[in-house]
Amino acid sequence: MIWVDTVIQGVLLGGLYTLFATGLSLVFGIMRLVNLAHGDFIIFGAYVILVLVTWMGLDPFLAVLIAMPFMFALGYVLQIVMLNKVIGDEILPPLLVTFGLSIVVQNVLLEGFTADTQRIHAQELQIASVDLGVATVGVLPLLTFGSAILVIVILQQIFYRTSLGRAFRATSDDPVTASLMGIKTDNIFAIATGIAMVVVTISALYLGMRASFDPAIGPARLIYAFEAVIIGGLGSFWGTLVGGVIIGVAQVLGAAVNPEWQILSGHVAFIIVLLVRPRGLFPKAGL
Amino acid sequence: MKLLSLKNVSKNFGALKVTDDVSFTLNEGEALGIIGPNGAGKSTLFNLITGSLNVAAGTIEYDGVDITRSSAAARCLSGIGRSFQIPQPFEKLTVFENLVVAASFGRNLNEAEVTDDCVEILEKTELIGKANAIAGSLSLLERKRLELARAMSTQPKLLLLDEIAGGLTDGECLALVDTIRAIHKDGVSIIWIEHVLHALNSVVERLLVLDFGRVIEQGEPQNVMNSPEVKKIYLGIDI
Repeated sequence: MIWVDTVIQGVLLGGLYTLFATGLSLVFGIMRLVNLAHGDFIIFGAYVILVLVTWMGLDPFLAVLIAMPFMFALGYVLQIVMLNKVIGDEILPPLLVTFGLSIVVQNVLLEGFTADTQRIHAQELQIASVDLGVATVGVLPLLTFGSAILVIVILQQIFYRTSLGRAFRATSDDPVTASLMGIKTDNIFAIATGIAMVVVTISALYLGMRASFDPAIGPARLIYAFEAVIIGGLGSFWGTLVGGVIIGVAQVLGAAVNPEWQILSGHVAFIIVLLVRPRGLFPKAGL
Repeated sequence: MKLLSLKNVSKNFGALKVTDDVSFTLNEGEALGIIGPNGAGKSTLFNLITGSLNVAAGTIEYDGVDITRSSAAARCLSGIGRSFQIPQPFEKLTVFENLVVAASFGRNLNEAEVTDDCVEILEKTELIGKANAIAGSLSLLERKRLELARAMSTQPKLLLLDEIAGGLTDGECLALVDTIRAIHKDGVSIIWIEHVLHALNSVVERLLVLDFGRVIEQGEPQNVMNSPEVKKIYLGIDI
């Protein structure tokens, strides 16, 4: 029974990793941009929510609603003024620029908030739990997992049911031809980064309520996100969910055997999947 | 009435001049054929007209407006459509979605307003049976038809066709030429790069010959084909 409980906890933790990974997957899928600052943006988002919660006394879920448009705008502007200028055939310039961004974001947060650990307080939600019969699970992990599913469903609807989604897919397929069809690709890329930042904000909320954070932990979140995206197959949203769950379950199972093995077993699971399926589990489902 | 005019347009890739002081005009409703050996700079000329490449020198005027520095998307909106030599459909979108994307973004309309037009174009280009097929799964002829259909769905006033008949059988080619002739009859101006001369000459009213990026001859197809210089450079016949 303990193992069932452990696996369920792992699946739910996978929801958080899925949220980390979805923004990364979205941006990579549409513009083949590997955003090395993605983890730091999650931490940045957590600080934005923290400020709204502690200084203005808002409920975390209300704070995230306010933070979303702000983060969307930030992503949009960032893409227009900086990232659009470096994406192209060369893979190195965007890597260098987002690596630089990562350092800038970490240091700005360090200046503004010191290296002290912080936490977004959500009162009783943090300890609330429900009994599912086979296991008792926390409400917060359940909410996290539900949000991950909801985010993926919404993104799938946008991608396959709307005009914007068709423009995303057409641009992802061939930006030069897309621009000849009247699609303003710079704008499409900026909207995509904006949406990715909205997902970042949602993951920031759950990250900040689940555990404490400080300005330096972004890169580690980036690694989990990368692993989830690559396991799932680059650019595939449902694949990203599977990837997130695999990392989550591996970590929790590893921790159950020996607490020191938690992080390691996630990485080992990633390497095993790569050895067996080098292009991820769902390589064809991508954008 | 002039629709498109290029004045002293040049483009170089490093030291290589691919377009060298090219000037010509296209009148509204006219069909112009462009021929020339491989590497003469024909496709580059299209890239300059559509805005995929920027000119190094010279000006391009379209419909009375200087578009030399306009973006590719803006030129598409103003009515310039093109098909590619190697078909470049959006592979993971369906045939219908390929058209809807081009029609809605290329004309700045929402999708509901363009659906009927897209269906009509699919019928005209004989792709209606493949409407829901993924574009990546199409045969060569179907891909060429999709190139044409997608370019048409932006409702161009000027249609640029890049070797659309290349690689097709005679029968397929004839069917495609019929479709192109019908489009031209509807008033669409056409510039057509083609090596399949009988297909080209059955549609265009004027020919322009490029070699090493320069215009070496232009005029009525019969006169151009009979010019000794064209025969020498293009057909490899020394007279």
